[in-house]
Amino acid sequence: MAGKKQSLFHGGIVARAAVESFKKLHPRSMVKNPVMFVTEVGAFITTLGLVARTDQEPVGFSFQVTLWLWFTVLFANFAEAVAEGRGKAQANELRKTRTQTSARRVEPDGTPLNIPADQLRKGDVVLVSAGEIIPADGEIVEGAATVDESAITGESAPVIREAGGDRSAVTGGTKVLSDSIRVRVTANPGESFLDHMIGLVEGARRQKTPNEIALTILLSALTLIFLVAILSFKLFGLYSNVSFSVTVLVALLVCLIPTTIGGLLSAIGIAGIDRLVQKNVLAMSGRAVEAAGDVDVLLLDKTGTITLGDRQASELLPAAGVRVEELADAAQLASLADETPEGRSIVVLAKQYGLRGRSIAEMPHARFIPFTAQTRMSGIDTDGRRIRKGASDAIREYTDRPFPPEIAAAVEEISQKGGTPLVVSDNDRVLGVVHLKDIVKGGLRDRFERFRAMGIRTVMITGDNRLTAAAIAEEAGVDDFLAEARPEDKLALIRKEQAAGHLVAMTGDGTNDAPALAQADVGVAMNTGTQAAKEAGNMVDLDSNPTKLIEIVEIGKQMLMTRGALTTFSIANDVAKYFAILPAMLVGAFPAIAPLNLMRLGSSGSAILSAVIFNALIIIALIPLALRGVHFRPMSAAVLLRRNLFLYGLGGLVAPFIGIKLIDMLIHGLGLV
Amino acid sequence: MAIYGWLQLVLFVALLFGLAKPVGLYILRVLDAEGKTFLDPLLRSLERLLYRFLGIDPQQEQTWQQYAFSLLVFSLVGCLFTYGVLRLQGILPLNPQHFGPMSPDLAFNTAASFTTNTDWQNYGGESTLSYFSQMVGLVFHNFVSAAAGIGVAAALMRGISRHEAKTVGNFWTDMVRTNLYLLLPLSLLFALFLVSQGVIQTFQPYVPVETLEQTAEGSSPSVQTLAQGPVASQAAIKMLGTNGGGFMNANAAHPYENPTPLSNFLQILAIFLIPSGLTYTLGRMTGNQRHGWAVWSAMALLFLAGLLVAWTAEIAGNPRLHALGVSASGGSMEGKEVRFGIFGSTLFAVVTTDASCGAVNAMHDSLTPLGGLVPLLNIQLGEVIFGGVGAGLYGMLVFVVLTVFLAGLMIGRTPEYLGKKIEAYDIKASVIAVLVPIFSILGFAGWAAVSGWGIAALANRGPHGLSEILYAFSSASGNNGSAFAGLNGNTPWYNMTLGAAMLAGRFFIIVPVLALAGNLARKKRVSDSQGSFPVSDGTFVLLLVATVIIVGALTFFPALSLGPVVEHFIMTGSDRLF
Repeated sequence: MAGKKQSLFHGGIVARAAVESFKKLHPRSMVKNPVMFVTEVGAFITTLGLVARTDQEPVGFSFQVTLWLWFTVLFANFAEAVAEGRGKAQANELRKTRTQTSARRVEPDGTPLNIPADQLRKGDVVLVSAGEIIPADGEIVEGAATVDESAITGESAPVIREAGGDRSAVTGGTKVLSDSIRVRVTANPGESFLDHMIGLVEGARRQKTPNEIALTILLSALTLIFLVAILSFKLFGLYSNVSFSVTVLVALLVCLIPTTIGGLLSAIGIAGIDRLVQKNVLAMSGRAVEAAGDVDVLLLDKTGTITLGDRQASELLPAAGVRVEELADAAQLASLADETPEGRSIVVLAKQYGLRGRSIAEMPHARFIPFTAQTRMSGIDTDGRRIRKGASDAIREYTDRPFPPEIAAAVEEISQKGGTPLVVSDNDRVLGVVHLKDIVKGGLRDRFERFRAMGIRTVMITGDNRLTAAAIAEEAGVDDFLAEARPEDKLALIRKEQAAGHLVAMTGDGTNDAPALAQADVGVAMNTGTQAAKEAGNMVDLDSNPTKLIEIVEIGKQMLMTRGALTTFSIANDVAKYFAILPAMLVGAFPAIAPLNLMRLGSSGSAILSAVIFNALIIIALIPLALRGVHFRPMSAAVLLRRNLFLYGLGGLVAPFIGIKLIDMLIHGLGLV
Repeated sequence: MAIYGWLQLVLFVALLFGLAKPVGLYILRVLDAEGKTFLDPLLRSLERLLYRFLGIDPQQEQTWQQYAFSLLVFSLVGCLFTYGVLRLQGILPLNPQHFGPMSPDLAFNTAASFTTNTDWQNYGGESTLSYFSQMVGLVFHNFVSAAAGIGVAAALMRGISRHEAKTVGNFWTDMVRTNLYLLLPLSLLFALFLVSQGVIQTFQPYVPVETLEQTAEGSSPSVQTLAQGPVASQAAIKMLGTNGGGFMNANAAHPYENPTPLSNFLQILAIFLIPSGLTYTLGRMTGNQRHGWAVWSAMALLFLAGLLVAWTAEIAGNPRLHALGVSASGGSMEGKEVRFGIFGSTLFAVVTTDASCGAVNAMHDSLTPLGGLVPLLNIQLGEVIFGGVGAGLYGMLVFVVLTVFLAGLMIGRTPEYLGKKIEAYDIKASVIAVLVPIFSILGFAGWAAVSGWGIAALANRGPHGLSEILYAFSSASGNNGSAFAGLNGNTPWYNMTLGAAMLAGRFFIIVPVLALAGNLARKKRVSDSQGSFPVSDGTFVLLLVATVIIVGALTFFPALSLGPVVEHFIMTGSDRLF
């Protein structure tokens, strides 16, 4: 499912949604949406009127108005059902991965026992061997394995997962390719991330977000206002000896209450979560998506987000009297057993100096010294040579003598440029320096620029020293950086930003990121990360791509903008509807009022019917916009506001004048009234 | 003719603009319990004495609930006190005309009216009330109800500007300081000016005069009674406190209350003086002066729009009268004082209804349909166009919150106002404040329009009668107090319903506004950035204007269409009925 985009209306979804929209007519589900509930009650009343025939209007007119009132309700239900259907379709794709029926649970006595996977409980330990599917979300407690996570991420290359450290989490539904692991289950069946996600797009577990609640209150208040306005209008009509029929009053009411946004509100919210899923991000709540739109500080880990994950050796700087080939040879030897990307890049660079490729197997007597955090260097002991490469101060200590001046200068210069100098030594002789360089990802500077225009500040977090950090920050175009950062510094920074009134988003994967992820307003955990990190955050990125934070913020903003745009549009529409319906209601008793019929609508009946039809059709017409979201381009709030006001405010004012007039002409053409 | 109107208008707006800053700065100090004013040497000791007498610690701030409770108790006691004075005026002093007690329903209506800063008058002052009732029973409220309104606005401004705070100020401190340092000195000054123009100030009994005109040939000259009284002191606070309750039944049309074009011009300016200054105070308190000016500009735009519509309609006059041979050059002078003319009367009518003043210098009933529609709509919009003292600002700020919420989403963030997130609670409080007057106006007016008691009081039937009913309940619910007239409000039914509308329109707004203040004060402040919703530029001004108009117009368009709108079309187009 990764990155796959569905067409907006795909056959199966539409058919199912059409059925759903009738099921949703049940008052119990309608009452959650006050605006549409009032519409349904209105439709019900006119239906009763149709049967009782208390009004004097032609039955054809009453029938058509009633029919379109029901359509209004159905169209709104349809919008919600389509959004749900699309979400479900995606969730089902994810669910396909969970067809596994059995698991091998390790009993207290240590023996494995075959049980159905849905009987697993949090805390159980299961045994998974090569070729088997991991039965539930969990954490490896023993062993290491290569795992195929393509079912979740769409990435075909297998990844290594092992006990301890930051790569211990495994997701249910992924497949073990080699080795055997013991996994402690961390989520009961039905409580995993995936289940959460499915619940969010399905009606049952969906909760309104704080902003949705506030908006619903406002929309309900508008509905109440119009209810009172229409009821009192009936009384004022009696005073003026004009009798308004119930059908017409209900038609006026439904046209005035904000049915457009009322009908599309939940679809917009579901579609927002849905767009995240399309980007392979699972959100734990709709609230998290909303918060993403509000974020104004992005904490971005340097590694993987701003720079390509690994540093690359880019240059060899030999000491005085040392040939560059000699340095290359030593550097290659020291890196042979170094499987880190940095080590490999040194081997590759050395090849450019005419060295043949060597392999460990050729040197049976060699002893490899692995990198440790204490020694901060690695190397090889072979044929009496002790070749080392490592951090400059580590090597200086190791060789126990000061660097030659040109080496000291090279180390200083590389650091200032933001690179990492690796000093290479042979016994106690310093051969030279390898320049490891961070490669900044393309296109970021431009992106950060646009974020700045929107008032979002980017802060780079790195363990590097200040000099290095400053150079990379400059190259990437971030606003600020935090150098020599430890996990607790990250947490402190988030607290500081929040105290200053900022909303902070960050990504993280390690267990020690968990407090910061929990503290951040939007914490995106990497799927490769530990279970602790995943539980602390409120989103999980299945692709484990930290750059996606930026897209998450954009999706959040887009969702809020769509909500605002359609609310504005909906309310602006009322002006035209008044000018269609009110003159039609009054012109019989007060012919002088005819100039108010600005649109020159054909007859009273067709004017009212046209407004009702427009009101219903606009919901259908706007479903694609609600699902796709309004067009989003980062720009300052003032410019964005002017642009959207023009589009949806002014557009909302003008569009119905044209729409109602066209429908009116059509009705007359067809002789419907 | 029109050129003098334009000159007056330019001068009016220029003065309004120029005075906003000094008045606003002064109010800022008055609303600060520690604030220093140039009157300190004179009044500081009196202020301390009052605190000691009332047992108040001016430093002790209140939560919004305590603030609201103090305000409600104070208003209730004040209301009962005035009811008592009106019922007992026969045995109270300063009653040279020996007026008897007011009827219970009229006393209730009047007490509610003055407590709520409405000053709707179902009585004729000079023919009903003793000097004591006027000066003590009513003028007392002219001061304290105005101060209470300013206090609520202050509480809301504090709520907006504070963060993570529990309190919104102290009601008693606001009450004492606003009266002592703002309303009393200003009124004294203004009263002296009015006296200089010929407004009377006396305790003498009414004066009978022999008229030159004789009622019949050969009979003795007829005798007319000229009402007297302490008019200037009441007229000053009537305007400055946007109360509007006149000493005389004819209100500001009476030569004793508003004798000259200059007194007329400055009385109109006095209505807007404090409300306009408060927008500057808002800018200062929130640390965003441009926002204060943005609110001022929105109010000024709405004021000018209304004025130009009404003025144009009054100049155009009634084509039906022109058809009968009445000169069209003067416009519609029916119901207007010659010494004020069309502009002086229209400006007064528009300003008095933009604000919740309600003083009148012309008969609103006689305005042309569109000329009458403007004052009516002004009230129905919530009297937020500068508005009543304090009430106008807090009413407008409720609209600001709604505007920010409606449009704020369009910038891709959950809405925030000056760094405060607008959430469900704030919306709930704001919509209650908007819903209550709407329900009150449409509910009571709808009831009256189909009831015997409602229709019996009308002087006119048809659309104009509906306008009269609508105007009465709009004026009461909006705490305006001006009357369209043509409706005999002094009936038990109207006294009770109008009284209820006034109380609802005052306190069911104040309580949610204070709740909003308390909730905003409690919030953390989100930092301001390029991505924040702009509340101080032209876009915001237009957006705010649009929100006020759209909410008001959409709500009242159906009702108005059966009143002034249809009347206008009948007047202008009935010769070509189709």
